[in-house]
Amino acid sequence: MSTPIARIIGAVLLVTVFGSPSSQAGTVSAAVAANFAAPMKAIAARFEHDTGHRVRLSFGASGRFFAQIRHGAPFDVLLSADDEKPARLEAAGLAVPGSRFTYALGAIVLWSARPDLVDAQGRVLETGTFRHLALANPKLAPYGEAARSVLQKRGLWSTLRGRLVYGENIAQTYQFVASGNAELGFVALSQVLKDGQIRAGSAWRVPAELYPPIRQQAVLLNRGADNPAARALLDYLQSPAVRRLIRHYGYGP
Amino acid sequence: MSDDNLSALLLTFKLALIVTFLLLLLGTPIAWWLARTRSRLKGIIGAIVALPLVLPPSVMGFYLLLLMGPDGPIGLFTQALGMGTLPFTFAGLVVASVFYSLPFVVQPIQNAFEAMGDRPLEVAATLRAGPWDRFFSVAIPLAAPGFLTGGVLGFAHTVGEFGVVLMIGGNIPGETRVVSVQIYDYVEALEYGDAHLLSGLMLLFSFIVLLTLYSLDPGKRRTRR
Repeated sequence: MSTPIARIIGAVLLVTVFGSPSSQAGTVSAAVAANFAAPMKAIAARFEHDTGHRVRLSFGASGRFFAQIRHGAPFDVLLSADDEKPARLEAAGLAVPGSRFTYALGAIVLWSARPDLVDAQGRVLETGTFRHLALANPKLAPYGEAARSVLQKRGLWSTLRGRLVYGENIAQTYQFVASGNAELGFVALSQVLKDGQIRAGSAWRVPAELYPPIRQQAVLLNRGADNPAARALLDYLQSPAVRRLIRHYGYGP
Repeated sequence: MSDDNLSALLLTFKLALIVTFLLLLLGTPIAWWLARTRSRLKGIIGAIVALPLVLPPSVMGFYLLLLMGPDGPIGLFTQALGMGTLPFTFAGLVVASVFYSLPFVVQPIQNAFEAMGDRPLEVAATLRAGPWDRFFSVAIPLAAPGFLTGGVLGFAHTVGEFGVVLMIGGNIPGETRVVSVQIYDYVEALEYGDAHLLSGLMLLFSFIVLLTLYSLDPGKRRTRR
């Protein structure tokens, strides 16, 4: 077995096992709410570069992650789309007490792929002739709950009811609007923002007073309690530079 | 059982009934053609019919959403007819399900037509039966087991449809919120009690359907040989 090839393989294995950039480099598995996918990829790349730790990212719906974590899914941290699920995990003894914090505040916009449909005050809701208004399912997604609250505050919830279509999450809601199947819809600001500007179409940035704050919380799960990489990632998320980066993606302070 | 669950169940069975009826109507000529043709197109048409067997439902749902959307070819067609666009409507689910369950109906019927062979039709022809007469009085009765299998599978597969409906349905109660989507919602909302109830019903239903199918089939096969 001491052919040159075997020796090369052996050397590569040695380097992979012992030669990582930092002596305590570890791996952290993070379950991340789908709406936070874009910023999280950027943050994870920086984190890996800065600390030498590795990050394994899974994106999906917070409710499904909750069910999976309850049944032993191998995640070290959860970045939820709300504050309810991290709190319930903590109450159920599945997360490390006191590790919860808000990593991002979600903001919603009324958006249309058409450049002239949505005006700056969102009056299109009262006057517009549209067939479908998309929002995330209020029962499942905090962004949907926020959208419902906006419609209720403007007294439109019952009149528009027949024209509402529901995405299972905010990503699917965006897809309904982007493909034009729904003329307009409430999506996350982070989905339509690029370099501080609305990327395409027309939008009404909904004032924050019109809906309850969308507190997206992160929590350290029991499995990650003794994982230095997991704690390092949560600290990293709260550092000023990363918080600036998160704001840049369209989340509140 | 809550009204929501009852409405989702009724909607699901209504969808499955309509789709099965349309598929038997539409699938029979396709199956007949595939079973009898010597055309070079047979491979291509056969492959297209079988596509839903291997395509992830997310792919079908995504493409259907684009095709049936306001700028897609199907969407432009339905808008020209004054029907608007199909996503988020019951009619849209019917169209999507017909695509999605097509192979489950066509293939059993095609197999039955192929197993029958040319002989019975030739005999009928010598007795001066015209082509339509041969088809309705000879081919269809002989292929009855294939129709039964195809119908049952098409129905069951439509009841079990999830990914495509999720992509194009818009989750509207009484219109597009079928049982599988309802279950998904319950699980996501952590309402596991209702999720259990509907999931249990689906499991029972699916098992009974397959049991019925498998206990009918061997007898039918013997009489056919």
